[in-house]
Amino acid sequence: MAIWSRKRRPRTRQTALSRRQRVILTAEGLRLPLTLATTGSRAAALLIDLTLVVLAIVGISALIMLCAWGIGADKIDKSVNSAANDLIQTLVVIWIITVFLARSAWFLWFELGARGATPGKRLLGIRIAARPARDGTAARLTAEAVIARNLLRDIELFMPVVFIGSAMSAGADTTLAGWAALVWFGIFALFPFFNRDGLRCGDVIAGTWVVEAPRSKLGTAMSVGKSAQGLSAVTGARYQFSDAELAVYGEYELQVLERVLRDNREPAMAEVAQAICAKIGWTSGAGDERAFLDAYYTQLRARLETGMRLGKRKTDKHDEGRTAPVV
Amino acid sequence: MNTAVRDDPETATDSVLRKSYQGLASLFSKREGAAIAAAEQATLRSDRFRLEREADWRRLEAIIVRIEAGRIGSISDEDLVALPVLYRMVVSSLSVARDTTLDAATLAYLEGLAQRAWFVVYGPELGFRGWCRRFFGGGWSAAVRAITPDILIALTMMVAGTVIGWLLVSGNPDWYYALMPASPGDVRVPGASRAALYGSLFDAPKRDAFAIFAAYLFSNNSQVSILCYALGFAFGLPSILLLVHNTALLGALLWLYHGQGLTLELVGWLSIHGTTELFAIMLAGASGIHIGRSMAFPGQRAVMDAAAEAGRRTATVMTGVVLMLIVAGLLEGYARQLINETAPRLAVGGFMLVWWLLYFFVFGTRKARR
Repeated sequence: MAIWSRKRRPRTRQTALSRRQRVILTAEGLRLPLTLATTGSRAAALLIDLTLVVLAIVGISALIMLCAWGIGADKIDKSVNSAANDLIQTLVVIWIITVFLARSAWFLWFELGARGATPGKRLLGIRIAARPARDGTAARLTAEAVIARNLLRDIELFMPVVFIGSAMSAGADTTLAGWAALVWFGIFALFPFFNRDGLRCGDVIAGTWVVEAPRSKLGTAMSVGKSAQGLSAVTGARYQFSDAELAVYGEYELQVLERVLRDNREPAMAEVAQAICAKIGWTSGAGDERAFLDAYYTQLRARLETGMRLGKRKTDKHDEGRTAPVV
Repeated sequence: MNTAVRDDPETATDSVLRKSYQGLASLFSKREGAAIAAAEQATLRSDRFRLEREADWRRLEAIIVRIEAGRIGSISDEDLVALPVLYRMVVSSLSVARDTTLDAATLAYLEGLAQRAWFVVYGPELGFRGWCRRFFGGGWSAAVRAITPDILIALTMMVAGTVIGWLLVSGNPDWYYALMPASPGDVRVPGASRAALYGSLFDAPKRDAFAIFAAYLFSNNSQVSILCYALGFAFGLPSILLLVHNTALLGALLWLYHGQGLTLELVGWLSIHGTTELFAIMLAGASGIHIGRSMAFPGQRAVMDAAAEAGRRTATVMTGVVLMLIVAGLLEGYARQLINETAPRLAVGGFMLVWWLLYFFVFGTRKARR
């Protein structure tokens, strides 16, 4: 019992998750569920990306410095026009353009790719997607949208730095500039908390949002093999449950059982086997839990799926059985 | 149990797609045969359904993994042709599975796969080269034409800003210092002699500054124009203020040089790159105003939809603005320093202006009308 009651409906988490769930309607008429990324994972992804951008800038700067040093920049007389002088100039130009590009092009380049995600987003398992129209029809992510959302990033993130920088260079009061930068940054950083889809300003302008990119592997089929047919390899016994014995549980318990079986951990399986035996009035043995649970899972699923095809769903053990609502 | 029932819970579309797919790639019949043999062993009907289709799902997954990794070249032609069909099969498998199976892992896998496949199949439709062709071959100018009213507003604001700048400084020269960012050693201050001002327009600067100067100008100007665009988000007002402020500076300069009878020389000095640069800044401001206007007056649309539509349209304009600023930076960094006469400067500036006007407002209009 214990493990089931512990795992039963972590209610607050579920509502937090369901609040992030959206459905888009594809051209094929398929309702595709999407989960919006949390603000936390987006912030983490951004931090990773910024770190990488700074590293890239530092790396390229170092490389350019090295080149300049190799040419002998410190020994050149600036007033004389020479080939080496021209080369140094070209290096400076490359540096200015790289710094400009690194800021915008990093995000642009990666988000325009097939994954729709920067390295930071990829690590966090999220990607950008086009927001659907109001009726839920899925929209295509366009290059224009990606450009728009990244142009806005420029003022959301880098403006405060410009504030402080310009105040410092002009010799003005940096405290005031610091406060202005903080307020500016605060407005844009808090923006995602004040709308339903967690959009930042760039997402609003571009018509995009950030969603989780699932990477689930296909598990093994559960009902293949002898034990699914109720035969135990250990004892040679055949587990067969009556309809009444199967009727005590619903879909929720079936899925918990599925997780336990896929995890394949002895203590958890023993606990669940005991709980089921207690519930259906069997006396539980030890050592053959896997075969017992396999048999129970297969027969419970067969029963529930038959009901499903007939339009009868049983969501959990408290559900008395009713006709599924017509969607 | 229900093992006696053999028919599969297939929808009509599913079976049709399967048949068309089998016709398309009959060489997979061997693998399918193996899958069906494995499916015979499954107790549950929903698991048999899954085992029969698993090979196709995995094939689609393998294709998608390659596309996501950017290795489209490594995908065989057969796989590329099969991609849309495989996608539709997974879509139909998913809708069947949702109604027939309680295997949570399989459902999660299918939903994830369908989502990834959808992003690939309905991803950005053009490659970089295709996008460039569309952008330069009419997309850019069409986007500019689409915001013509906003361009007119931006132009009005810029003219107004220039006039305001002139009037402010002519009323009280102290305004000049407020408008012009102070830089030590700048000769361009009220009360400067004619010779000093003339020298600032025609003296060749140190040559080594050219390229660096051009790159710096480009970087700086694009930041200003991006700001001008992005602030359109606040209903366009900051964009307008930015336009007025920047052109007030222009007005102040005009007043300063006019006082010494150097108006035409200044205009020449400005126009060589200014027709391109000011045009770009005007477009950036117009884009900001366009977003602001769409958000303030969305009409029948939701505010969010209106903002998104305006944002995407003006993103095309903004890409062009950055390109124009590169051109302006080159003109300012090189051409202005190399051409030291007012008449050729005016000619280059005028030519650039005519070129941009023709490109934006004449080029491609016939195609669009057709």
